[in-house]
Amino acid sequence: MSRPEHQAPPEIYYNDAEAKKYTSNTRIQSVQAELTYRALELLNLPEDEPAYLLDIGCGSGLSGEILDEEGHMWVGMDISPAMLPEVALDREVEGDLFLQDVGQGMGFRPGTFDGAISVSVIQWLCNADRSSHNPKSRLTRFFSTLYSSLRRGAKAVFQFYPENDDQCELLMNTAMRCGFEGGLIPTEDGKPKMPKALGEDGEDEP
Amino acid sequence: MRLVVHNMLQCHVKGCVSNNFPLQLLDVELEIQEIEFNPRFLQNMLPRLDWRAFVTTAAQIGINSLPQDLPEVFDEDFLKKLHRILFETHIVQGKMICANCSHEYPVKDGIPNMLLSEDEA
Ligand SMILES: [Zn+2]
Repeated sequence: MSRPEHQAPPEIYYNDAEAKKYTSNTRIQSVQAELTYRALELLNLPEDEPAYLLDIGCGSGLSGEILDEEGHMWVGMDISPAMLPEVALDREVEGDLFLQDVGQGMGFRPGTFDGAISVSVIQWLCNADRSSHNPKSRLTRFFSTLYSSLRRGAKAVFQFYPENDDQCELLMNTAMRCGFEGGLIPTEDGKPKMPKALGEDGEDEP
Repeated sequence: MRLVVHNMLQCHVKGCVSNNFPLQLLDVELEIQEIEFNPRFLQNMLPRLDWRAFVTTAAQIGINSLPQDLPEVFDEDFLKKLHRILFETHIVQGKMICANCSHEYPVKDGIPNMLLSEDEA
């Protein structure tokens, strides 16, 4: 099967039917849950302290449910209008949801969040879905506005499925240029189609 | 969207970098959704709050009981009042308007639509 990000832009691909399929598929759910726990682990937040987190591409709120359980407050954003109200509200997650294309950047004041997670989303930003889309400038807009929305020393963890080395390099270089430090953490090799995780630090304010 | 989030939000239209906060509320419908009082988290969030902007926004939706400046010492009653306004008061319908570029961000069913047109992004 071809990669979903090659078939259609995310707001089209995750239409009502796809959104429902996505949230009712238990295998997808358990992978998502596992990746969310892993991302939280990498965020390395102070113990027993509720944090204010950003969930980039929160989709149907699967990861948000886990953030709720862990006692955090969060803001979730997704570009798919089908994912957000139809499914996320049914799920009754606690987070505040935004309909947002993160490739257009985000408008949070500097130092808002204690951390950010993103599960299986940023590979979408490497696509040019419209002729006006320039992946490089969209990634720059994304990483730079995200960087400024994080508190000093806060981390952002992005899990993604890179298509090739060039894509990895584009993502890494752009993130670094926008102020992030950190690196790639490949998950256990040997298993086909296993995701790679990218953990990054926002060490200093710009 | 909780009011606390509105206080963190500024306009993100490309090139709109000054006078873009706080977004003005228009025709808003509010809803109270109770959640557990968490004084520690609230104390944690207070330094991130732009108090003056918060007071202005609260006044736009008819809450006029906030002091002009955040008191240096406050009791639990004050925290509970803040909890109510910041964490339990949701904007469910309405518009958020940028004072600088006039972009309107509609809020529908509690979800702000932050999508920009091609020439704004
Ligand atoms: Zn503006």
